[in-house]
Amino acid sequence: MSGDPVREGVDGGDDTAVSDLGFDGEADTVPRERASGYGRDATPVIELSHVYLSFESPLLDDISLKVAHGETLVIAGESGTGKSTILKLMLRLLVPDKGDVLIDGERINDLSFEEALEVRQKMGMVFQGAALFDSMTVFENVAYPLREHTDLDDDEIEQRVRQKLEYVDLEPDKVMAQLPAELSGGMKKRVGIARGIANDPAILLYDEPTSGLDPLTTGTITRLIRKLQREMGVTSVVVSHDMRSAFQVATRIALLAKRRIVFLGTPDEMAASKDHYIRDFLGDL
Amino acid sequence: MFHPLKRLNEAAKQAVHAVQSYFVLAWNAVRFIVARPFYGGDIIQQMDSIGVQSLAIVLLTGFFTGMVLALQFSVQMAQFGATMYLGRLVTASMIRELGPVLAGLMVAGRVGSGIAAEIGSMRVTEQIDALNTLGTDPIKKLVTPRLLAALVMLPVLTILADLIGIFGGNVIASLYVGIPSSLYWRTVWEQIAAGGFVLRYIPTDFIQGLFKPFVFGALISITGCFFGLQTSGGTEGVGKATTRTVVTASVLILTTDYFMTQILLYILP
Repeated sequence: MSGDPVREGVDGGDDTAVSDLGFDGEADTVPRERASGYGRDATPVIELSHVYLSFESPLLDDISLKVAHGETLVIAGESGTGKSTILKLMLRLLVPDKGDVLIDGERINDLSFEEALEVRQKMGMVFQGAALFDSMTVFENVAYPLREHTDLDDDEIEQRVRQKLEYVDLEPDKVMAQLPAELSGGMKKRVGIARGIANDPAILLYDEPTSGLDPLTTGTITRLIRKLQREMGVTSVVVSHDMRSAFQVATRIALLAKRRIVFLGTPDEMAASKDHYIRDFLGDL
Repeated sequence: MFHPLKRLNEAAKQAVHAVQSYFVLAWNAVRFIVARPFYGGDIIQQMDSIGVQSLAIVLLTGFFTGMVLALQFSVQMAQFGATMYLGRLVTASMIRELGPVLAGLMVAGRVGSGIAAEIGSMRVTEQIDALNTLGTDPIKKLVTPRLLAALVMLPVLTILADLIGIFGGNVIASLYVGIPSSLYWRTVWEQIAAGGFVLRYIPTDFIQGLFKPFVFGALISITGCFFGLQTSGGTEGVGKATTRTVVTASVLILTTDYFMTQILLYILP
């Protein structure tokens, strides 16, 4: 790997720790101890390449990362560091000022709005506050992507909705007719996940899936993310500052600070890091 | 000296950008009328919300406006002994101006604010982003049905406001002024026929009176959706969006009414 050392960071610096995930993990100023050296042949499911974004002030500087098929990448960092913005870039809700965003090898920066809607159908998104449509019942919320994008008849849709609600440990008969306002925070999150997986997407994005939840419900949601990983094999990106949960679900963790990725590696590598910022960020973990 | 100019420049840029965004939104909403999928259920629901649920307030406003018009005109016309023409004046005022404008203002207050609050809340709770991520265009799903519903229901509400207003005038004419109902309604028809007919059967006054609410319906729905979609800053932002919607829609209704009247009087004197 040659070229601009600033833009390429130390990405090519340590190719000895071979992973089975299939490609390079890239980051700027990534400590030596992070995993790298993924094989270079497979096309990453999600790739950000030297992405810059600013609104009134710079928000993201030279962000590069790749997510392999079946991998769960956790993007961690302090509040306001642009973690959720990265998800919006992946969804093409935002377009970077500079750099490329690729989904399944397809550059999505220049897609028209309608083309972007098609790309988004490959993805499911679980929002921080669940973002359930509050004028619709739980059933209508989970059925929404099926009604929009499939030719399933009403019986098949109901069957699929029941299946997804059961998958997230909710009792369909109890919750289907309820409105989001009648649900607890944890139930809303689970309905949000059920809606996110209704169309069996290849990619699942989670925005702070455990924020604002009690420890027991946090554990439930964490187990659910792992179950989805294990059983559905979806490629996931989880934005979180809950490191306890992050360590349980992550294949790799990217740590965002001062507009850049300052660490990208496995949870074990992060735990073993001597870097002061990482130690401070992990606290008592 | 430099900073105020810079600020003025920024403010002007923002204003131009906002106007551009408003028209882009309006164009996209119109464009999606003929694009699949059609959200028929949403259109019916919005027609109920915008039209049926506004009926009571529009009828009440129309009825009392017709009565107060008759009352005021009767006092003035009595000085010239012309109270028998009360029906003509009430009819012309209601059909040409007050019916469309009052229905528009009432709907702007009731429905425009509701649209802005609903879409603004969806914006701040990420439901708009959720629509996007679920592969749905929010303009198609939220704006186009509201636009279509308003385009249909505003003229309907205006016709009903006109009718009830003229009836309100009849109540005052017969109970307070002493004009027989038969004479009142005959002068009502004389006024309608006096302006002439378009395509032999459609009174010219009706064209004027129904073109305006059609435009007002578009203004109210697009303004509500525009400020709703622009909402930021949590619940405070939602409050600001609703206020801006009512103020902007009302001002737009009153100003476009003047220019439409000028144009319509030129085309259909």
